[in-house]
Amino acid sequence: MIYLDNAATTRTAPEVVEAMLPFFSENYGNASSIYTLGSVSKKALNQARRTLADYLGARQEEIYFTAGGSEADNWALKAAAEAYGEKGKHIVTTRIEHHAVLHTCEYLEKHGFEVTCVGVDGEGIVNLGELEAAIRPDTILISVMFANNEVGTLQPVKEIGKIAHDRGILFHTDAVQAFGHLPIRVDELHIDMLSASAHKVNGPKGVGCLYIRSGLKLRGFIHGGAQERSRRAGTENIPGIVGFGKAIERAVRIMPEKTQRETELRDYLIDRIEREIPYCRLNGDRSRRLPGNVNFSFQFIEGESLLIMLDMKGICGSSGSACTSGALDPSHVLLAMGLSHEMAHGSLRLTLSEENTREEMDIVVEAIREIVGKLRAMSPLYEDYLKSRTAGS
Amino acid sequence: MYSEKVMDHFQNPRNVGEIEEASGVGTVGNAKCGDIMRIFLDIDGEGIIRDVKFKTFGCGAAVATSSMATELVKGKTVREAMQVTNKAVMEALDGLPPVKVHCSLLAEEAIHAALWDYAEKNGITIEGLERPRSDIGEQEEEPEY
Repeated sequence: MIYLDNAATTRTAPEVVEAMLPFFSENYGNASSIYTLGSVSKKALNQARRTLADYLGARQEEIYFTAGGSEADNWALKAAAEAYGEKGKHIVTTRIEHHAVLHTCEYLEKHGFEVTCVGVDGEGIVNLGELEAAIRPDTILISVMFANNEVGTLQPVKEIGKIAHDRGILFHTDAVQAFGHLPIRVDELHIDMLSASAHKVNGPKGVGCLYIRSGLKLRGFIHGGAQERSRRAGTENIPGIVGFGKAIERAVRIMPEKTQRETELRDYLIDRIEREIPYCRLNGDRSRRLPGNVNFSFQFIEGESLLIMLDMKGICGSSGSACTSGALDPSHVLLAMGLSHEMAHGSLRLTLSEENTREEMDIVVEAIREIVGKLRAMSPLYEDYLKSRTAGS
Repeated sequence: MYSEKVMDHFQNPRNVGEIEEASGVGTVGNAKCGDIMRIFLDIDGEGIIRDVKFKTFGCGAAVATSSMATELVKGKTVREAMQVTNKAVMEALDGLPPVKVHCSLLAEEAIHAALWDYAEKNGITIEGLERPRSDIGEQEEEPEY
């Protein structure tokens, strides 16, 4: 199997699993308990918190563990809206956010807030001029993702953070795809809230975190016990949190090497596809993108067919085609970037990890070439194209 | 998610291709929805479908339903081909996931569109056949935000 869907989820690293295991059957104490077994859990919890805080250049008490990235996004947006709703009812975000942000914004719109979704350019980079123009006197929050999950484009987070802070507006970033993959310093980037997830960076599923800058008056999202400074009740997922901490410790340790390896493989794959497969388009910015992200649209074919045929060959990828999401429309990200429906339906995302090899990339290119050829041979759109070309010459 | 039959027809689609100077050609669906089917029919003087070919842009179910629909009408009379409904296509494929049922409707529509073309070319009326609803001529609309 060649796994190229690391933006969907990653393999939990063996050292992460090893670090988690004792917290299931040996050190299973509740971190809130007074006895020694509980304090072992408490200590592990705090150590993980410290690892995450160090990575972000934040303070330990600014890290709140959640059950994942979606919970963190929901919490950040809803709590900020609640806390600052008296100051204003306007939120600025982008058209290319994850649904955890977009659907939360839709929910807030039903509860009296107004949301402006700023557009992006053809490479998927947020239009800063449009973002500034969208700001109103009653804007209380700007939420822009750190890196896009589909096309991997890195957003000008620092500039956006500065724009927000110069106007006294809160800045939240959904950093699920970037956390542990790129250096992130919350102070330098003017970030007030940041959402992250463990399983996108070789940690376990079901655990994430929200960074909340000290001084923000955000209320808790889950009510109950006094865990997470009374802001997120519920017995802590100690094995998961330990795994998250270990995953970030590992990610920081291997980051330079991993980034270099993935970038080389990424550019090799992009180069071969562009040179060898006609009528394709690289989606997303060529250099301002996540090290492991490759996203192409292949004209005249549909993404789900391509994915199933790749799966037959043991290759795992994903697509922005409507059929892969169960929705009627293809990827909102690709449409926001100006792609036609046809091109959005024909997209293929391959996301690499440091475990992939050049030999795998070669196999993948051959597979795509063969499959795209086969699908085009049965595509009425390709037939029409060829006929129009013949007629035109 | 797909039955073995769907996977078989997707991997080894029957009757892919074109028919030069076909008796009837029908194209349905549009790129916006992500499915376009085109069916070519070769119908003899007795009204029997001697050959049928298809081309499809779409997901696995779209390819499989096109393939199965062509199998079901091949060698049949025009009247018999009219009995090939989306249900018949689905049953022959051992079912489709609920979100893919529209693919079978499209396959039925593609057959009907090709028959309509045949009827128009020959100035005949086929009982129960209505003008196809959608075709590729519907231009893609600009994305709405």
